[in-house]
Amino acid sequence: MKNITKLGAVSALSLIIGASAAFAENIKIAFIDPLSGPFASTGTNGLHQFEFAADYMINQNGGVLGGTEFEVVGFDNKISPKESLIQLQVAIDQGIRYIVQGNSSGVANALTEAVDKHNRRNPDSRVLFLNYAAVDPALTNDKCNFWHFRFDAHADMKMDAVTDSIAADTDIKNVYLIGQDYSFGKAVAAAANKYIGEKRPDITIVGDELHPIGKVKDFTPYSRKIVNAETDAVITGNWGADMLGLGKSIIENGYTGPIYTYYAAGSGITAAFGEAGKGSIRLVGEGQVNPPPSDEASAYYTAFKAKYPDGNVDQTRISNTIGMLAQAIEEAGTADDVVAVANALSGMEYDTIWGGKVMMRPQDHQAIQDLHIFEHTNEGIDFPYDNSEYGVRVIKTIPMASADIETTCKMKAPS
Amino acid sequence: MDLILVNLIDGLVTGLLLFMLSAGLTLIFSMMGVLNFAHASFYMLGAYFGYQISIALGFWMGLLVAPLIVGVMGAAVERYGLRRVHQYGHVPELIFTFGLALLIEELVQFIWGKNQMPYDVPDILNFTAFAISGNSIPAYKIFMIFISVGIFIGLLYILTKTRVGMIIQAALSYPRTVEALGHNVPLIFMGVFGVGTALAGVAGVIAGPVLGTFPGMAFVLGSIVFVTIVIGGLGSLWGALVASLLIGWITTFAKSYNIEMENILNAIGIATPENMDENLFRDFWSLTSPQIADILPYILMVLILIFRPAGLFGKRTQ
Amino acid sequence: MSDTDPRTDLPEGARPKEQLKTDPTKPAQRMGAGTMTITLLPWIIASIAMMVLPMIFTNNSALTIMNQMSITIIFALAYNMLLGQGGMLSFGHAVYAGVGGFFCMHLMNMSDFFAMLPLPVLPLFGGLFGMGLALIVGAFSTRSAGTVFAMISLGVGELIAASSVIVVAFFGGEEGISGDRTYAQPFFGVEFLQQQEVYYLTAAWVIISAALMYAWSRTPVGRMANAVRDNPERAEFLGYSARWVRYYSFVASGFFAGVSGGLFAINYEILTEENLNAASSGIILLVTFLGGVGFFFGPIIGAVVFTLVQTVLSLETELWAFYAGSLFVATVMFFPGGLAGLIMMHVPAFKLGKAKLLVMPYLKTLLPAALGILGLCALVEMTFHYRHGATGDNEMTLFWTTFDSHTLLPWIIAGAVALIGIAIARKTAPDLKDAWNEANTAGGGS
Repeated sequence: MKNITKLGAVSALSLIIGASAAFAENIKIAFIDPLSGPFASTGTNGLHQFEFAADYMINQNGGVLGGTEFEVVGFDNKISPKESLIQLQVAIDQGIRYIVQGNSSGVANALTEAVDKHNRRNPDSRVLFLNYAAVDPALTNDKCNFWHFRFDAHADMKMDAVTDSIAADTDIKNVYLIGQDYSFGKAVAAAANKYIGEKRPDITIVGDELHPIGKVKDFTPYSRKIVNAETDAVITGNWGADMLGLGKSIIENGYTGPIYTYYAAGSGITAAFGEAGKGSIRLVGEGQVNPPPSDEASAYYTAFKAKYPDGNVDQTRISNTIGMLAQAIEEAGTADDVVAVANALSGMEYDTIWGGKVMMRPQDHQAIQDLHIFEHTNEGIDFPYDNSEYGVRVIKTIPMASADIETTCKMKAPS
Repeated sequence: MDLILVNLIDGLVTGLLLFMLSAGLTLIFSMMGVLNFAHASFYMLGAYFGYQISIALGFWMGLLVAPLIVGVMGAAVERYGLRRVHQYGHVPELIFTFGLALLIEELVQFIWGKNQMPYDVPDILNFTAFAISGNSIPAYKIFMIFISVGIFIGLLYILTKTRVGMIIQAALSYPRTVEALGHNVPLIFMGVFGVGTALAGVAGVIAGPVLGTFPGMAFVLGSIVFVTIVIGGLGSLWGALVASLLIGWITTFAKSYNIEMENILNAIGIATPENMDENLFRDFWSLTSPQIADILPYILMVLILIFRPAGLFGKRTQ
Repeated sequence: MSDTDPRTDLPEGARPKEQLKTDPTKPAQRMGAGTMTITLLPWIIASIAMMVLPMIFTNNSALTIMNQMSITIIFALAYNMLLGQGGMLSFGHAVYAGVGGFFCMHLMNMSDFFAMLPLPVLPLFGGLFGMGLALIVGAFSTRSAGTVFAMISLGVGELIAASSVIVVAFFGGEEGISGDRTYAQPFFGVEFLQQQEVYYLTAAWVIISAALMYAWSRTPVGRMANAVRDNPERAEFLGYSARWVRYYSFVASGFFAGVSGGLFAINYEILTEENLNAASSGIILLVTFLGGVGFFFGPIIGAVVFTLVQTVLSLETELWAFYAGSLFVATVMFFPGGLAGLIMMHVPAFKLGKAKLLVMPYLKTLLPAALGILGLCALVEMTFHYRHGATGDNEMTLFWTTFDSHTLLPWIIAGAVALIGIAIARKTAPDLKDAWNEANTAGGGS
């Protein structure tokens, strides 16, 4: 019984895997992120942005290398590192050479190590890992490797921009730090302490807290502490339900100052904050959406909304990833030799439709680009999020932010 | 002093919300003998239905109608699902509710999508009731307190002072005897299940604007509700109330005061090690009470289960 | 003399006993002990099959998925030692596998020690550490059975999972702990660089662990576990302490859970918080139940089927969790003996030699029913695509055909298939019932 069942089950598996064998014509890009479960909305939205970018920017303009098109294939990792490793294998077996991922630094860490090991052990089926959103600084520092490229500014770089904005505001004397109790939240707090200490030693950090991730139902006690400490500015790296809960609670309990966040937009959060968040919520990020920096940007956004009326272009770096990959493939003249493509990517300068340039640093494969501070508002918003009237608008720009930030990366070029 | 008062109120709100969820669950447990994993899912359905109705007819209609719909659904689940599975024993019943919880979550995602719903506090209540030394207490919280207390009093009255309540109490303890007396016990069970889930629905309608309405909300609240009824004693309504309030206050106070583990350990005589970065227990030393605030109920539960397995007020009979 | 039934009524004033019991007199409760003694043949066939499989399915992803199945098989079998054989429902069992795995990862990172260790021995350490944790927790949790035990396991599980993000030194925080398996002592020259080598290692461990667990269930302590499950009071009259029997089962189960954790460490070279959390504990409960808790090989089937659903089905549709949930609810409602129970239901027919009577009725009923269900699935998929798909993205692919989900034709076809399939199944169902009764009746009479 055991053996028959096993045989039957595994033959079904092989049929399915065989049926989705690679077509040699398209350049396939594997998107490994959650497409089901609690984080599915961010993952699915990201997949849509990738598919749209590949289609609108590349395929409709003749593809790369004289006509080869990009094809984005979604793999559901259910936010689990183990599942991600399995899907990575499935993708590699389908002949896919380019992996993109971004939701969860935990998954990114697992993937970058797995890719490194795979490439070492299997030199004839190497892949590149294009990280579009996992911001743990370690990925381009201690855990860097030749095959990993990051297209988003990492947590410390973003904090550098935030603290620039805070330092410029002389009314701010007390700052409160609060975040989720895991590596990212701790990294945000550490960076904030460091940069504020350097730029404005007169500012007092009146609170430095971590709360259990995803478990807090009621943020009121934290909000009370924030209000009681006479806070002038709050900094948090929270995302998802934690961000919404914290933000709403702080505003409800009487706080009127700015709340600097990393992730308080999109995925329904903008609509949920609505009126309450106006004047308080700020974000740090790349890519200018309002006011539109160029006609191409407006056209891109409008076309995206036509295709996905419920989606948001809240990760402009996705179009940068596709664009830079295409440019690298053209420069290298091949899509199969990933070492050549990687060498082309390394040190590349790319003009992004969202304003400014993106430069991929060769020493750590970290992208350097303009960073902006946005505010959550409904004034001057041409492109709102979540089909509400609210969106994010640029209030400050730091050109080529953290271009000289240090790195401990010592990556080894492949033999 | 003022801060203590504020924390008391905050803890009260949290505790009462937890009570609404655990009251239904503990009643259902005393009836079925099995924990209903889908209970938090009915809470989620209450929030979603409340949201949907509030778009068309306003928050108050939502508050009235959504729990009714959820209650009817709960009764249907009992009649057509659980009753069938009951004959197979406890574990299948549990697994059934487990699978049901999964299904409901998927269904919610199917119908409403995976994003947060913009379910807001009604405008009438969206103001600050009063402030205690700078800490504002939103009127909506006062409203939550009143509704929860009202429901508790109502439940208590029905269960202890009316004839129906007497029959229900009897049926929960000795179903066969009550059946022999001529009462329709299966109908009573269906009713209790329906009312229990309707309670969860009310909690959802009320908590949805405050805690967020999204498909993961059942999972977030799920295990803490079980902890509550275990601490209070399975089957006891008073136990559920006491345990909910206890948990509400413990978590609120732990978050409010930054009690550091380092200080506690120093106070009992263990000196702080010099080189923290290399120390094996560095995480333990740097613990602060807000970090572990939400884990404290679990610790409490394990302790109670070791030393007083029936819970604080437990009286479950088979 | 009292004529109270000790299983259901209570004498006055007695402390209420809480027990998860099965009533062997009720035919519907097919959760009885595995009374069938399996001979050596299935083990030999299974071993040969496992050796041959990688030659048929050579891609790395297939191997990885088969490894995942093996790991889940060991974990599910270990879990069934508690659930099926011991009657103890545990909600936090993933922590033993997780802790065992984490210890193995730390061993991997101790380069001097690890360089002396041949890799195949590593899961043994995982088992020992899992057992260590079970020794500690079991000391207080196995004092009672039933709901109290279940809730303690839930509490302990949640505690350990929650502290895993806080105690970064051991659990590595959100990134978990990672390592490299290839730095172990080469085992007869094999450094386990290739996925196929890892497969054979895992397969060997599966066969050994399953054999050991089966042997355990045949020992006195294993048999007494069944007795304690069914009637602890009576078991005590035989002279065995119910509490200690539960404790030993718990510890042994913790050992094998740790072994599965160690194999996870070898296969994925990273362990994270997800190995410990409540979701993993919940999944193993569902897996074991789906397979069937009443038979030794039940969890094996459950593990295989669930891995397929989770990994392979998710490649095809976003709604795999919906199907998984429906499958569980259907299993509980209609065949609580699990898939193994379903299979074993046919044993009397086989023994009577009348199994072939069933073939035609099965085809006539199950085939239309399967088609009907597939039609329903198609409707569900199309509704989902219609509602949540992008505008202009009207095409969808289902069952190897691409069509436009916004036109009426596919809906009509799917609806028709569903209706016709179910209608035919309902019509032929009574014939199946008759054939079943016929096949299960000995001799010529009824």
